Amino acid sequence: MFRFLLRRLALTVPTFLALMFVTFMMIRLVPGDPIEVRRGERGISPERLAELRHEMGLDQPVWKQFLDYVWGLLHGDFGVSIITKNPILHEFFHLFPATVELSVCALLFATLVGIPAGVIAASRRGGLYDQTLMGIALTGYSMPIFWWGLILILIMSNTLGLTPVSGRVDLVKYYYPQVTGLMLIDSLISGQKGAFLDALRHLILPTIVLGTVPLAIIARMTRSSMLEVLEEDYVRTARAKGLPPYRVIGIHALRNALIPVVTVIGLSVGSLLAGAVLTETIFSWPGVGKWLIESIGRRDYPALQGGIMLISSFVIVVNLIVDLTYGLINPRIRHAR
Amino acid sequence: MPVDVTLPTQRTANQPGPLLAFWHSFRENRGAVIGLTVVSAVILIAIFASVLAPYDPLDQFRDFTRLPPIWSEGGNWNYPLGTDPLGRDMLSRLMYGSRISLFIGLSVMVVSMITGVVLGLAASWFGGIIDVIILRIMDLIMSIPSLVLAILIVAIIGPNLTNTIVAVTIVYLPRYVRLMRASALSELSKDYVTAAKVSGVGPLRLMFVTVLPNCLPPLIVQAALGVSDAILEAAGLGFLGLGAQPPAPEWGAMLADARDLITSHPWVMALPGIAILITVLAINLMGDGLRDALDPRLKRS
Repeated sequence: MFRFLLRRLALTVPTFLALMFVTFMMIRLVPGDPIEVRRGERGISPERLAELRHEMGLDQPVWKQFLDYVWGLLHGDFGVSIITKNPILHEFFHLFPATVELSVCALLFATLVGIPAGVIAASRRGGLYDQTLMGIALTGYSMPIFWWGLILILIMSNTLGLTPVSGRVDLVKYYYPQVTGLMLIDSLISGQKGAFLDALRHLILPTIVLGTVPLAIIARMTRSSMLEVLEEDYVRTARAKGLPPYRVIGIHALRNALIPVVTVIGLSVGSLLAGAVLTETIFSWPGVGKWLIESIGRRDYPALQGGIMLISSFVIVVNLIVDLTYGLINPRIRHAR
Repeated sequence: MPVDVTLPTQRTANQPGPLLAFWHSFRENRGAVIGLTVVSAVILIAIFASVLAPYDPLDQFRDFTRLPPIWSEGGNWNYPLGTDPLGRDMLSRLMYGSRISLFIGLSVMVVSMITGVVLGLAASWFGGIIDVIILRIMDLIMSIPSLVLAILIVAIIGPNLTNTIVAVTIVYLPRYVRLMRASALSELSKDYVTAAKVSGVGPLRLMFVTVLPNCLPPLIVQAALGVSDAILEAAGLGFLGLGAQPPAPEWGAMLADARDLITSHPWVMALPGIAILITVLAINLMGDGLRDALDPRLKRS
């Protein structure tokens, strides 16, 4: 196990290095000199220009600049936003809890609905339930989620008035300090009446929208995995010895069928964050996805650079943890290759 | 006349050719046939948009702005699906939009598949350091969330149609490379490859003529699904204002344009999304059918 861990860790080092290189190059490749962006419309004297270049380290050779960049990253220095002048690490972690809360809820929703749907479809293979559920799943998988979000807002918020249109909390009615950054928990801590329900109501639509594609993937995956397992000998044995169907399907088959499904869930963090960019934009959800899109609009390239670096590092680390856990529970993986 | 002695092409009347066998298997899947029909219709609309569409997608009829579709009150048969705030005919815009979406989907598929096949074959054939480098680069691409990577690329090279294709191609490249590498590796260990090597077949011929055809089925399935994913991704970029730029009738950009009209004129927002959903769903239905017909290992359902 220790060797497996070391090997997996060693594999991520080049990926991280390449990631640093790509984000470093990015700021050099975007149109517009960082100095010119900073000085704005007014002219600038050549002396001041040289001074600024020196300050930003732009007069150093490129390899030196890259080493400085890596050194900074390792010390938690992800640069400073051009617009707000705040450290990017600080801005990122101020907004990150909102994205985490949304993503976790979406994944929970997708898992809690997707696995039962897949199990039902597999146990009624070829029947009406199976065809309907899989038809819905394929539609969900094909869904342009930005359109889906707007349609849900149109129906649920504008027509029926059931849910708020945007944001995380009704700031007119409620104010409470951010303790964890997760509104569901903060609203409970604050003890204000109705605050928790308010936070929950804000979460419903974004959760459905972000959870739709993972839900479809999980349902399809569960179904095909269940179908495979249901043909195994031990399932036949369980049936033959007279166990009720819910025990055969719910316990004997499902336990083994879930292994590939759990892997898919674990590895879906990347696509979930990609979906969060669109979902947050639609619902004005103050998370890192919306911040990233706004940074492009403001030409705040350091923020974009730092944000991409942080999001990708997060995905790499989560995938690594999933891999390691998987190796821990399944020895065949650790000894492969 | 020399006698054709290549055995595999000799068939008796009962043995259908591979294409026919594939078609029989594909036809059994009702969803796949529906998907194929819709996809063909969308392709025809895209090809003949200039004939089928009643107007130019950019023509502004200022006297007929914000007309609703014919099924709701106040609809006008001259503009079957209504008009947008600038008085442009929605039906014409949607028809021309299918050109853009299909063009993006197909070009992304073709470019990433060709690049993926070459890189995957190179990785499996050379092995060693080349294999490691190619795999590490693919790992890097996959570690950045797809839309974030596309945003990064578009931020560097600027938002327009061509750059959307470049960005989405890079995002989907790893799938083809990994798929190609895996199936080429398993093929390379088989006896027929050794036989070909022994009989003096050169490496290029060996890879592209001997090995590649045997790796095709999973690649074709991936390609079909890749088209729909690329269309969705490009529409997402268009929606964020990072894809095709207005006034191009790109479905994602049309949707973004109509965001503010969500309560007053919902159809302007709803129609492009329906077009995206129908196209992508049809391609996915077709892809599922292709997979069942081409890949017997996956044919369980």
